[in-house]
Amino acid sequence: MSNPILEAPILAAPILEARGLHKHFGPLHVLRGVDLAVAERELVFIIGPSGSGKSTFLRCLNRLEEPTAGSVVIDGIDLLDRRTDINHARQRIGMVFQSFNLYPHMTALGNVTLALRKVARRRRSEADEIGRAALARVGLADRAGHYPGQLSGGQQQRVAIARAIALEPRVMLFDEPTSALDPELVGSVLAVMRALRESGMTMVVVSHEMGFARAAADRVLFMDEGLVVEAGPPAQIFGAPQEARTRAFIGQIQRHSS
Amino acid sequence: MTNWQHFVATFFNAAVMAKYLPDIIDGFCLTVGLAILVVISGIAAGLLLAVLRAFGVRPLNWLLIFVVDLFRALPPLVVIVLLYFGLPSLGFEPSAFGTTWASLSLVLMAFAEEIFWAGITAVPKGQWEAARSTGLSFLQTLGAVVLPQAIRLTVPPLTNRTIAITKGTALGSVIGLSEILSQASSGVSFSFNPSPLTLGAAAYLILFLPVVIAGRWIETRFAWKR
Repeated sequence: MSNPILEAPILAAPILEARGLHKHFGPLHVLRGVDLAVAERELVFIIGPSGSGKSTFLRCLNRLEEPTAGSVVIDGIDLLDRRTDINHARQRIGMVFQSFNLYPHMTALGNVTLALRKVARRRRSEADEIGRAALARVGLADRAGHYPGQLSGGQQQRVAIARAIALEPRVMLFDEPTSALDPELVGSVLAVMRALRESGMTMVVVSHEMGFARAAADRVLFMDEGLVVEAGPPAQIFGAPQEARTRAFIGQIQRHSS
Repeated sequence: MTNWQHFVATFFNAAVMAKYLPDIIDGFCLTVGLAILVVISGIAAGLLLAVLRAFGVRPLNWLLIFVVDLFRALPPLVVIVLLYFGLPSLGFEPSAFGTTWASLSLVLMAFAEEIFWAGITAVPKGQWEAARSTGLSFLQTLGAVVLPQAIRLTVPPLTNRTIAITKGTALGSVIGLSEILSQASSGVSFSFNPSPLTLGAAAYLILFLPVVIAGRWIETRFAWKR
């Protein structure tokens, strides 16, 4: 008899695994075989020039884009399997967008509780309770009744984060979460993301916030022309990149940010 | 008789008005009933078609766009006349009321579908993506996120179009529907005095001014809270 405890590599199994992802937009070959395995509680940062396919890759991870080829397995669910209920699976994958995408006709609390009521089938009182707790986690407990138009960009993005975490996802995807924000509002969103990371959330972040990447990322992927060019700890990617293309990109960014 | 007295005796003849007021009131009630039915069925059918179109089934959408364009292109009077005089040859004899209701509903449906569709496509793609990313289905997203925003965008053009088409109830007079205009014209024929038409105009004002004002109120009411 084998010992299941010794054999089961539970801790080593990635919670998110993408294999050989390809994506064509007509004649454009945007993703050309991207692999990524993310361990639980890991924060993976994806950087790269615009048009490198990093956002498309992220959007393939919850099937907002349909990959042309490859596989995506999240929390043991094969997302590209025809039998998978994608709406059910998406509850486990939170996503935060560059342009927030809050529902303008609903209050902050309404935004956070919509999926709790419609997808998770919670009663309104229960959903409201969870929603208020999620808003409190992003520091906006006192804004529950405000409409998106009455909130600053940073507050809107934090509501968007609350909307995602209220569903208790196993993985959070961030698509340039601070790119649309005025510089003075970026800090509040990064603070929420840092707190989320400290709570043990698994995160994949597409962003140009190098300072945040350096401080919080476990691993940084540099993508260019639909491929992962280089991956490694932030110290390597930002301090001593191995690939010429990575060096050129990092050099450019550091010139502009200093 | 001065010109002014002559004018009043012609268009505001109290005796004639008193005589034909009951007829105009009958016509008014019929017009109100018809208008309400047209608005309800026309807008509901238009919304239904716009929702069907959102599913993006190609052959269905071609058919749908054909029907919509047909009823947008045909003058409402032509639809009324065609249905009223054409359907009996198919062994189906519609009433004047039924014909006017069906014709105006079809025309309003066509315009409402286009307006709702424009509203649906005007809602940013990010709204769909945000809702779908939290696990909402296509229909849930449409119902809870997209349509409420689309409908707000469509209130002003829809109100205008609805008023324009509802006024088409007067076209029912052509096939003998005893609505306001028809009652007024027969009053004019019998009395040799146009005062019943003045009454009719007043009846239309009483009917549609509140609708216009309500439309304005709805527009401000539906603006986003900022």
